[in-house]
Amino acid sequence: MTHVKLTMAQALNQALRDAMKADDSVLMFGEDVGPLGGVFRITDGLTAEFGEDRCFDTPLAESGIVGMAVGLAMNGMRPVVEMQFDAFGYPAFEQIVSHVAKMRNRTRGRVALPMVIRMPYAGGIGGVEHHCDSSESYYAHTPGLTVVAPSTVADAYTLLRRAIEWPDPVVFMEPKKLYWAKEEVDLTEDVPGIGKAVVRREGADATLIAYGPSVPIAMEAAEVAAAEGRQLTVVDLRSVVPFDDETVCAAVRRTGRAVVVAEASGFASVSSEIVARVTERCFHSLAAPVRRVTGFDIPYPPPKLEKYQLPGVDRILDAVDDLQWEDS
Amino acid sequence: MTTVEEQLLPSKEPVRLIDQDGVLHDHSSYKLPAEQTLVDGYVELIKGRRINDQASALVRQGRLAVYPSSHGQEACQVAASMVLADGDWLFPTYRDTVSIVSRGVDPIETLTLLRGDWHSGYDPYERNVAPQSTPLATQLTHAVGVAHAARLKGEDTVVMALCGDGATSEGDFHEALNFAAVFQTPVVFFVQNNEYAISVPLSKQTIAPSIAHKGIGYGVPGERADGNDLAGLLAVLGQAVDKARAGEGPQLVEAHTYRVQAHTNADDATRYRQDDEVTPWLERDPIKRLEAYLNSAGLLSDDTKKRADETATQVAQYLRDGLMPEPGVDSEDLFRHLYAVPTPQLVEQAAFLRDELAREES
Repeated sequence: MTHVKLTMAQALNQALRDAMKADDSVLMFGEDVGPLGGVFRITDGLTAEFGEDRCFDTPLAESGIVGMAVGLAMNGMRPVVEMQFDAFGYPAFEQIVSHVAKMRNRTRGRVALPMVIRMPYAGGIGGVEHHCDSSESYYAHTPGLTVVAPSTVADAYTLLRRAIEWPDPVVFMEPKKLYWAKEEVDLTEDVPGIGKAVVRREGADATLIAYGPSVPIAMEAAEVAAAEGRQLTVVDLRSVVPFDDETVCAAVRRTGRAVVVAEASGFASVSSEIVARVTERCFHSLAAPVRRVTGFDIPYPPPKLEKYQLPGVDRILDAVDDLQWEDS
Repeated sequence: MTTVEEQLLPSKEPVRLIDQDGVLHDHSSYKLPAEQTLVDGYVELIKGRRINDQASALVRQGRLAVYPSSHGQEACQVAASMVLADGDWLFPTYRDTVSIVSRGVDPIETLTLLRGDWHSGYDPYERNVAPQSTPLATQLTHAVGVAHAARLKGEDTVVMALCGDGATSEGDFHEALNFAAVFQTPVVFFVQNNEYAISVPLSKQTIAPSIAHKGIGYGVPGERADGNDLAGLLAVLGQAVDKARAGEGPQLVEAHTYRVQAHTNADDATRYRQDDEVTPWLERDPIKRLEAYLNSAGLLSDDTKKRADETATQVAQYLRDGLMPEPGVDSEDLFRHLYAVPTPQLVEQAAFLRDELAREES
C-alpha cells in the first residue's frame, strides 16, 4: 500500500508520466505543454524527463493539434493532446466530429484512433469568458467518442491511464476547479474502468446523479440532507459515454426518487439524456418526476455572477424537497 | 546565388516540359523523366481516363450515387501516385479516384464510397492510402501526423497530401502547412488547381499571385507545374518527394489544370461558365500532348498502344462487372466498428433493429 497525498493536477501529471514510461508510443502535445508544463501544470516536467519528441509545444491551432493527432494515431502512436480550455477546443470541433469520432466506422474498423483529447473544463474558478464552458454534451452527442469526466483524485489518475490505453478516442473532461483538490490516494489500487459508474454514498430516500465537478457538490448536499434526516445516494457517472444505465437505474429503483446535478446548461444536454433514460427505464419505480439542477440556458457568466449559475447545495436540497414526498 | 526568399518562391511560369503540341522544352531545373516512365505513365493516363468515363457512365446507369470526375486532370492523378515509393502514403480527396487506383487500390473498393454501400471501401494500410476526404483540407493535418510519426520511428516515409484550389481557403490548409513547416515533416502538399470549387472560380478564392506563392508565408518552398503535362508533373513532384525524403521539410506544389466537366453529374456548369472558356482546355488535354510527344520521339510502339488499350478495356469491364450487381448490405454493419467494444446502448439498438427486421419478415 502506497498512500500519497496528491492534488488532482498532480495525479493527472503522474498518470501521463507513468503512461509515457510504460509505452514509448504515448506522445503529449498542445499549447504551452512543453517547458511551461501547461497553464495548469498538468504536463509539468514531462519535456524534461522524456524529451521534446515525446512532450512538445505546437503552433497555436487546435484543429491542427487534433488533426495531427489523427495522423499520428493512424501511424502507430498514442497521442494525448491538451485543448488548454474547454472553449478553446471549438476550432477542433470539425476534426473531432468528422474524423476522430468516425474513422473506425468509416474504415470498417481498419483504422482505429487510440488518442486522448484532454479538455480542462467547467467553471467555478473565477475565469473570464471562454474559459469555463461545460462542453461535454457536444462530444457525448457524437457517436464514436468516449467521454470521461473524473471527480476524484484517484479516478483522475486511473481513468486517464485507462483512457490512454483505450482502443478508441477519448475526450477526457478535467474539472478545472478540482485540479487543486487534495486527497490521500493509493495509485496502485484497482478502481472500476471506463464505462462504470460508482455509488459514492448510499442512502435510501433519493438518488443524486452527477459527474465531474458536480460530484463533490452532490456529496456535500447529501451530507447536509443526512443531518436533516434524509438519506441520499450519490452516483458518480465517471464516464458519460459509455453510459452505465445499470448502476444508475439500480440506484434510482432502490430510492424511487432522483435528481440529476450538472453544471452545463440543461437544454438538450447530458442531464436531459439522463432524465430521459431513467424515466424510460424506471418509470414504475419512480415516486416523483426526475428533477434536474443544472446551469441556466445562458452563456457561462462573468466571474462575479457565476455563483448564480453553478449548482449549489441549497439548490440541490430544494430540488430534493420538491420530489413529491407527500401529495399536495 | 539566390536568397532564402527566392528559394521559397515558385518558378516564374508553371514548369512545362512538353507543351500542348507535344513539343519538348528544356528546363534549367527539371529533367525529362526516363523514357520507360513516360511510356508507363501514358498507359496509366489511358487507364485513368477510362476509369473516369466509365464511372460517369455508371452514374447515369444508377450504379453510383455520384462521381466527381478528374477527366482532364489525369496527369495530376497519375503523377501523384507514380512518384511515391511503396512505403509512402497518399492522402486523397473525393476527386482522386484515379490516383488511388494508380497506387494499386482495387477500383471497386475505391468506388464503394460513391456506390454507397459503405464509406471507405479499402483497407488504408494495404497500399498506404488514407480514406478519401470529403471535408475540405481536413486530411492535410492528418498527413502531417502520419509523416511526423514516421520521422519519430526513423522511417523515410514521404506523405503526398492532395487537395484542390478551393480547399486552400480552408483554415486547415493553413494549419497543415504551418505545422508541417514547424516540425519539418516530410509532406508534399499537392494542390490540383482546376480553377473551380463547384461554381466559384479561383479569383474568388484568392488573389495571391499563385497558390504556390502561399508556401513562402510558412517557410515552405512552393513550385508550380503545368497540370496537364505528365512529364513536368513527374519531374516537379519527383523532386519535391526527393527533397522531403532527404529531410528538407514539406514542399508545396501547385498544378495548373482545369475541371473540364461539371463538379459532379449533379452540377450544371452552364450556370456559371461559358463553353468558350472550356474549349481551349480541351486542346491542352494531358493524353493528347503526351501521345504527340511519344509519337514524335518514336516511343509509342504498337505494343504500348495495345497494352494501354487492353488495360483500359480491362478496368472498364472490371468496373461494370463489379458495380452492376446490387451490393449486399448488412444492417448489423450499422453498429459494428464504432468502438472496439460496442457500448451497451449500441448492443441494445442493434437488437432492436434485428427484432424489427425479423418481425417485418415474418
